Formats: sequence, structure tokens, C-alpha cells
Amino acid sequence: MTVAAIPTKSVRAAPSPPPGAMPLALTINGEHHRVEVDPRTTLLDLLRDHLRLTGTKKGCDHGQCGACTVIAGGKRINACLSLALQHDGDKVTTIEGLGTPDRLHPLQAAFVKHDGFQCGYCTPGQICSAVAVLGEIKAGIPSHVSADLTAPMRATNAEVRERMSGNICRCGAYSNIAEAIAEVAAA
Amino acid sequence: MKAFTYERAKSPAAAAAAVAGQPGAKFLAGGTNLLDLMKLQIETPTHLVDVQDLKLDRIEPTADGGLRVGAFVSNTALAADARVRRDYAVLTRAIVAGASGQLRNKATTAGNLLQRTRCPYFYDTNQPCNKRRPGSGCAALGGYSRQLAVIGTSDACIATYPGDMAVALRVLDAGVETIDAHGAARTILLAEFHHSPGDTPHLETALAPGELITAVTLPPPVGGHHVYRKVRDRASYAFALVSVAAIIQPDGSGRVAFGGVAPKPWRSDAADAALPEGATAVTARAFADARPTADNKFKIALATRTLAATIAQARPA
Repeated sequence: MTVAAIPTKSVRAAPSPPPGAMPLALTINGEHHRVEVDPRTTLLDLLRDHLRLTGTKKGCDHGQCGACTVIAGGKRINACLSLALQHDGDKVTTIEGLGTPDRLHPLQAAFVKHDGFQCGYCTPGQICSAVAVLGEIKAGIPSHVSADLTAPMRATNAEVRERMSGNICRCGAYSNIAEAIAEVAAA
Repeated sequence: MKAFTYERAKSPAAAAAAVAGQPGAKFLAGGTNLLDLMKLQIETPTHLVDVQDLKLDRIEPTADGGLRVGAFVSNTALAADARVRRDYAVLTRAIVAGASGQLRNKATTAGNLLQRTRCPYFYDTNQPCNKRRPGSGCAALGGYSRQLAVIGTSDACIATYPGDMAVALRVLDAGVETIDAHGAARTILLAEFHHSPGDTPHLETALAPGELITAVTLPPPVGGHHVYRKVRDRASYAFALVSVAAIIQPDGSGRVAFGGVAPKPWRSDAADAALPEGATAVTARAFADARPTADNKFKIALATRTLAATIAQARPA
């Protein structure tokens, strides 16, 4: 696929480029975007304010809460601590790209089944993080609680809790979040 | 955030020249610490030079049997490297003890070394801070200092170096390879990389203006039992009150460095030499010149106990 022109809805949504704006092109949830942004624009603000992908949430805006977790270049990151311009050419997946209300991602379905949220604000970040955590375990990336650094990694309760520690849930749904992730890990 | 301009450098020397040639310019690697500080206007660069295209993201063997870790290698990639896990386990352990999975995916090897202190008075722009605003004073002296340094401090600054990775690199005798604006390369021993605060706490490292870190080198493996033990206020995702990086050989000799206690990873030859005598002998030497506050003097006892647990872990009865 070639990079397409800005989708009509994005043209309407995006603020007019300020002086000093710089161009970038990236792919979000399979859709190509070309935008011009003030260099100060974070990936999070690009997603929410320019492209109206408001599934990704702004919690602390300082990398402490994990509500803005997205998957960029195959790796979960805090979108609030990354400039949009650092992602020129990247492929980014947000919660909108994982599933839809009609076709939930298995982790979305498991969060519903296990009541893995209360207010729901941290949930998109929790789910994006959890998708990546299961990938990191499969890839053999060690964690602080891995007893043997050279053995295959397993999605135990302790491993999942440690690896999810960058996602804060103020409602305290942690037990149910861990159960949801465990169910998908075992599937 | 204050306004800035942005460029992606095409070579390490070009990046160094771009930063050296423009007052207020800074390198941008992962950005996880820099952007946080820019949002708070603690850092106010006028120009950012992004180093992601410099091909500094590889881990390669060196001719002497060690490893050269590119400056842009992510913390996750470094911790997960099979050679590091096998031969430099203390480094993997230290990295995964810090931050969160999201931050480790973005944070880089060089950026981790250069992270700023988390002293609450450095972060609060309403407070005096000699590190943030040279000559303004230190609000931490006589302030809330529970998390701050007990040794290596000065009357101008009692901030800690906050990282975990560098504590392991200190015990591994790592080197920091750099290049300057003229293309000249040099290696700085990690032991000499972080400065003591003295009267100039804003000058934190041995890097010259515009000098770019290109790699961290690890000497050949030394064997032994590798342990990184970190004590913090919660089980995960918190900075160390005290941490211990140790490599302990079967005969009880070894190396030890402490984190969370000083403006730099804290290690001394005298303390290393005392390892066979046990934890109390080590910390008596390592912290002989300590100047703790009433709030943080507990860190010295905590360091002894953490080291005792480390030694027990390395030499099971």
C-alpha cells in the first residue's frame, strides 16, 4: 500500500498546522496518515487530538500510569512520553486496532467476562499492555520475578502482575485483570 | 513544553556537531526522561537531535571477548540478550528491576545512564535547586530527604543518581564510548562517568558539550554468582531506597556496588576487598565517609542488611 492522502475526517479534525510544524507519515491500525505537527506534539496527543482516536487515554501524561499504552513498532510504550515525530514511518496499534464491539480481541472479551475494570479509564492501556505482555513472555523476555533468566518464560500470576506494574488501576480491578490475562494466556 | 526545533541526525559525528554547534540543543534517544522533564519545564532545549537513525542499536562481541552495546539498544533488548543473561546476569537483573515494561521498551542504554535525579526538590520548580538552577540553593538540605543520598554528597546537593542499570555496569567495570563534534572517539570508565556534585551539581557527567555516547562496553565475563537486590517502597515500578549489585565468586571474594545511596553508583576497592568478611565489614568501609540526614540514615543499616541477603543468596548454605 502507498501512503494515502489525509482521510477527510482527519482534515476536518486536525488543527491547522502551526508555524514550525513538521510533516510525518505513519500507519495507525493499518491506516496510513500524513500529518503536520508542532514538534511538541506527543504521540498521545497526535492520536487523540489530531486523529480523534480517543480510545487511548491520557492519565498522568508523565509515564507513571500506563493509560496511554499503545503498541508501536511491535512494542508497548507510553504514548505520552514519545514525540509524534519520533514515529515517522512507524506502525502503531491502539485499542481501536485490536478489536471492535462486534469482534472483540480475546483480551477484550476476557476483560468483560472477568470484570477487569470498574470505571474503564485505564482499560485501553491495560489491554494494549496485556497483549504485548503475552508477546514478551512468548519471546522469552525476562522480568524481575523470573527465577531462571535462561529458562523459557511462563505466564504465571506473579509474572503477569510484575509485567503489568506499569498500568495503574485506581478502581483496583487488579485481581480480575490478572484473571482475564491468565485465561487468554492459557488459551 | 517550550518550543523547540527537531532533526534526525544521519551519523554520530553529525549528531555531535549539531548539538555542539547550537546552544540549547540536546540529543533525543528514547525520550522517556527528557520529555517528562520538558513537560515540567525543568529541561527547556531549543533544538532536539534525534539519534534513532544512527544504527547504534546492535550488541556485538568485542575482540577481547566482551560485548559492545550500542547506545540506542533499548533496556528491554539489553536485558533480554542471551549473552547478557548468561554472562552478565547482574545487568539483566538490574534492568528488569527498574521502571515498567513500557518504559524499558523505549528507554535506551545511553539515555538510562544520563537520566536525571528524582530528588523532589529538583522536580519542584518553585523550590531552590542547585542542580536545576545553579546557585539557587538546595531545598533538600533540611527538607524531606528520606530518599536522598547518604554519601558522596556536598553542601550544594544531596540528590541520588536514581538508576539501576548503571549500578550493575559499575560492578562490571563497563566503559562508555563517545564521539565528539570533530569525530574524535574516546572511552570513559563508568567509574569516572558520573561526577560528584561538589560546588557544581548541575555538571553531572564527564561528557563535554555535544559529546555523544555511541556504546557501552562490557569487559570479558568474570563468572561468579550475579545478584541485583533492590529495596523500594513497593514491589515493582519504584526507585530504589537501596540496591546492591554484586558478583560473588565461589571463594567469597567479589565485587559490590550500591544504588540509591549516592550521586553515582557507589563502589570502592576497600569495600570489595572486605566481601569475604561479610556484609558488615563491607558497608563499614563503603559508608565510612557517609553524611546521612536524620531522614535517611536508615539507608546505611538497610544497605548492610540488603548486602547480607545478597551474600546469602549467592552462597546458599
